Amino acid sequence: MSKHHITTTINGDEVDFLCETSQTLLDVLRDELHLTGTKEGCATGDCGACSVSLDGVLVCSCLVLGVETGGKKIETIEGMADGDELHPLQRKFVEHVALQCGICTPGLLVAARSLLAKNPDPTEEEVRFGLAGNLCRCTGYQNIVNAVLDAAAEMRGA
Amino acid sequence: MRYEAPTSVEAATELLAGGKPEARVLAGGTDILVQMHMDAIAPELLVDIKNISEMRQIESLDDGYRFGAAVTGVELMDHANFCRTWPGVMDGVKLIGSLQVRGRATVAGNVCNASPAADSVPALIAAGAIATIAGPNGRRDIPVEDIGTGPGKTSLENGEILVSFFLAKARPSSGGAYQRFTPRTEMDIAIVGVGIDLTLGDDGVCTHARVALGAVAEKALLVEEAAATLIGTKVDEQALDNLAAAASAACRPIDDKRGTKEYRIEVAGVLARRVAAIALSRAKSAREK
Amino acid sequence: MGLKPTPYGTAIPFEEKELKFVGKNPTERPDAIEKVTGRARYAADYSLPGQLFGKVLRSPHAHANILSIDTSAAEALPGVKAVVTMDDFPDLEVEIAAAGELMVNFRDVTRNVMAREKVLYDGHPLAAVAATSNAIAKRALKLIKVEYEVLPHVIDVVEAMQPDAPILHEDQFTKGVDPKPEKPSNIATRIESKLGNSEEGFKKADVIIERHFNTKAAHQGYIEPHACVANYTEGGYAEVWTSTQGHFVFRSQIAKILKMDLAKITVTPAELGGGFGGKNTVYLEPLAIVLSKKSRHPVKMVMTRDEVFRATGPTSGTNTKVKIGATKDGKITGAQAELNYQSGAFAGSSLSMAAVTVFTRYDIENILVIGHDVTCNRPKVAAYRAPGAPMIAFGVESVIDELAEKLEIDPIEFRLTNAAKEGTQTHFGPKLGPIGFVETLEAAKASEHMKMPLGPNQGRGIATGFWFTIGNETSSTLNIAEDGTASFVYGTVDVAGGSRAVFTQIVAEELGIPLESIRVVQSNTTSLGFNFTTAGSRGTAAGSMAAVKASRDAVARMCDIAAKIWDVDIDEVAWEDGHARPAGANVGDFDPLSVADLAKKAAYYGGTIAGHAELNVVGGGPGFGTHIIDVEVDKGTGAVKVLRYSVIQDAGKAVFPDYVKAQFHGGAVQGIGMALNEEYIYDENGIMENPGFLDYRMPVASDVPNIDTIIVEVPNPNHPYGVRGIGEVPIIPPLAAIANAIHDATGIRLQDHPMSPPKVLKAMSEL
Repeated sequence: MSKHHITTTINGDEVDFLCETSQTLLDVLRDELHLTGTKEGCATGDCGACSVSLDGVLVCSCLVLGVETGGKKIETIEGMADGDELHPLQRKFVEHVALQCGICTPGLLVAARSLLAKNPDPTEEEVRFGLAGNLCRCTGYQNIVNAVLDAAAEMRGA
Repeated sequence: MRYEAPTSVEAATELLAGGKPEARVLAGGTDILVQMHMDAIAPELLVDIKNISEMRQIESLDDGYRFGAAVTGVELMDHANFCRTWPGVMDGVKLIGSLQVRGRATVAGNVCNASPAADSVPALIAAGAIATIAGPNGRRDIPVEDIGTGPGKTSLENGEILVSFFLAKARPSSGGAYQRFTPRTEMDIAIVGVGIDLTLGDDGVCTHARVALGAVAEKALLVEEAAATLIGTKVDEQALDNLAAAASAACRPIDDKRGTKEYRIEVAGVLARRVAAIALSRAKSAREK
Repeated sequence: MGLKPTPYGTAIPFEEKELKFVGKNPTERPDAIEKVTGRARYAADYSLPGQLFGKVLRSPHAHANILSIDTSAAEALPGVKAVVTMDDFPDLEVEIAAAGELMVNFRDVTRNVMAREKVLYDGHPLAAVAATSNAIAKRALKLIKVEYEVLPHVIDVVEAMQPDAPILHEDQFTKGVDPKPEKPSNIATRIESKLGNSEEGFKKADVIIERHFNTKAAHQGYIEPHACVANYTEGGYAEVWTSTQGHFVFRSQIAKILKMDLAKITVTPAELGGGFGGKNTVYLEPLAIVLSKKSRHPVKMVMTRDEVFRATGPTSGTNTKVKIGATKDGKITGAQAELNYQSGAFAGSSLSMAAVTVFTRYDIENILVIGHDVTCNRPKVAAYRAPGAPMIAFGVESVIDELAEKLEIDPIEFRLTNAAKEGTQTHFGPKLGPIGFVETLEAAKASEHMKMPLGPNQGRGIATGFWFTIGNETSSTLNIAEDGTASFVYGTVDVAGGSRAVFTQIVAEELGIPLESIRVVQSNTTSLGFNFTTAGSRGTAAGSMAAVKASRDAVARMCDIAAKIWDVDIDEVAWEDGHARPAGANVGDFDPLSVADLAKKAAYYGGTIAGHAELNVVGGGPGFGTHIIDVEVDKGTGAVKVLRYSVIQDAGKAVFPDYVKAQFHGGAVQGIGMALNEEYIYDENGIMENPGFLDYRMPVASDVPNIDTIIVEVPNPNHPYGVRGIGEVPIIPPLAAIANAIHDATGIRLQDHPMSPPKVLKAMSEL
């Protein structure tokens, strides 16, 4: 069975890859392109660890087939910092001890960035509901919520 | 496994009709990718409908709204006018999976996956949504309540595909709402779901109502007996008591890992009251406008 | 707890001193940047050239004899490079060893890794395949033909204890019963411990309450599935990169299971994506090594979430009885508990740990604790954060609350009246040293939380918890580079991401050099001596003891160099603020020498500067905590909403206070999840029905409130900085605290976990 040849843009770079129909975007990112910052926690869309942005929309990359991504723009955790300059969310996660083991962190950061793009001034409740698709077992979420609120304030220039 | 992404409804139905029995429609993929991962299904052909422009539209028409089968939950959520017009439908759509899931999931997929617990289905049924189905023998329109027939089963025939939903222009002074009960606040499957649409007359008396229940039977139920408890009343305490009793009476649930029979029956009544109260307040504020 | 107490252990006494780094939140956290940029490498992120992908065939039955396994069709599938079954693993004799907080028996470990005579639970491995892709490996699994003889199974702990229950192990006769029973039993062990005479104690009581409790198994729920990459080299060495809390213990287990020499195995712990006790035992590693050996390729294996739920973890489901009596003025006179704990498919639950925590928050003269460790057709239980303690605390703290209510005494006052303190005799042997339990209760009493008003359908609950801090083997090395910067190599796996920061702080404090000059590196099994698993809250407590020892070792060496440079006696050199300074009659004669100065000259004066610690750490300080929770109960649906939560805990000394608080948050939320929704659900065939995150229902961000924290600091006298372990205590009180709060809100007392909406609604209707 021949593979599909797909051309996408990942974190601003044009990327070609070959994939089988059954391979998810998560499989492609991790196994074919070695972009392992995107994590697999469940492969069924229930934990959010594999969150990426697809044409500006937050998705679980385990629920997208590689073959569906032709011509699309994909943004992963690897593209979040600007060179040496961490994204404010990344910096605030570090400052607020918003990560422990860190396995859910890339997905949470990608989800939080998407949340703030739509709602730059969220309430605590909006952050909690906005991040409800991302499981974290270590932190109890509190420091994550605080980090997102603090980053939002900084990004608004408040 | 073959992958095809046709650009017309006809091409899609042709692939599905001419293909093997293992052909599946790929819309958002949030159900079938999971089923494939769990080895529950092994389709030989995936027909991706996202390149069919008719299925990607949200159209405001003179007589109502039409949205395509490949429109995602997030696209509906981002459509301010649709959200304003159909808050009850959106109550249901906003509860499908997580934000990430709604970024891909479609209402059509939620309907055709035919889970009795699907959140958008009671909301659509209460709103009187009509689905347009295309197949080898042309197109037909059916109410959403006639699509699901049992867990994972629909009335769609071989080669048929859901193209779009039509929501007729809402009556003046009407309001709809949907709520579900889940142990978690998000990321959960309804143990009970209730969708209610109601319309008030000038005197505040309910002239029209539709009540739909999810997760309490093999499919989402349109419960006319429950609607009848509201029609002709001002949706007062007595009417709500009757509604709760009628909603509970209509349940024919099972015990499963997500909830017990008796719990589902009781909570269906509790939720029906709460949902009717929200629908009522939305109808009242519609009347004031 | 693993090791026998040793008279040769090391405890460095507490010393009060002014601190520069310890106790202050560092701005730099060594692991954090890699984690927020996605560059931290977890086990599943490793790849080796030429690697194959391994998959496991698992039992679809809860209990069955294996009649035959035919792998020929799988082996013939193109792309399949190796298939292994029980025939590829030696059988092992009974041999008990420590593996974290639980003990393991190698006879059972090898059977859990690969079933031999029988499959004992849904998900039990039977065969494994290595192929050139995951898809081919999955196809190959379907080609393996297994003939089973399905046997009756038993899931529930009480049913498993009945004389007519299906027996998992025909050769298992209850230990701890005299004379030895004649019939095999699912009760692997009976334990009993007592203090005074509990029956006599009850005679002095004015009120006695006895209640039965049931809890369901709960999973650790780490987001990272088990994963490893293994490479068996042509020279007969095994290299493994894996997701582990204890790489040295993994090495020991691999060596036993594969009958290899320890020195031929290198285990490298990858960044750990959560463990909470669930990554103390091997699952995939021996399979991956044998597949690699057979295929002559590296093999990568990653579990699916479904496999994680069905075949790893969880904690025990339990059935317990608690009986406590007290006088009118609130003094507890006697207490009894019976603990029936599931161990899963093989003996060895958290029973023995749980049993010693039962009443160890109270000063009670008459105690009787009886326990049973019970096998049943479920995955072998693993440690889960304070293993076994939350379930029995659910019972004890619920009964304490009910007693206080009956006696019309405030629940905090009632606990204060009976609180354990320094010198309290425990029922399992030792007397308690200085502890901070009373201080946590006093802090709770004075907290803002207790002043918050409650609305309708709202209630407040209190509960407390206690857990040990274990010590055990801990090795580390501090290397001072030629420029005076230091690298600290540690071997206690950084299970939660805080260890590296804490060790940096400790080394900076000891050496007197800035945090930026220190790099902390996690060892593999070849670069340090044996380190016990990071378990029993020992990570910071024991790891920092080794950091202190290695630092002081290096300081002694630096003072020696200074003495040689100055040509003075070593007694005339003092170490202060990162410098060797003249300290005797020679004060003022020489300029102080910095670490960099000394490092530059080290070669001439005898060689590189390093410090070592190869310790068996003892003297761990037990931790105590008090939790306060407010809930609101939906009278229509039985849903319980957590409104407010406070954790008050004695940390001994919080080295990195914000991180200590973060541990409190995480433990409390795990406890809330366990209390309200998390449970293993089985169908009538003994098949797990909810092996996924959707139906296992761990808390999401919108399910929980902010967690307020108060850190109490009563120093542990046996640690140089007074540190106590803090990771496990926070998961102990939530079950009982929530039950007590639900009672306060509704009048119902729940004794069945989880306290899910249907149970709450039903109990309210029966009131």
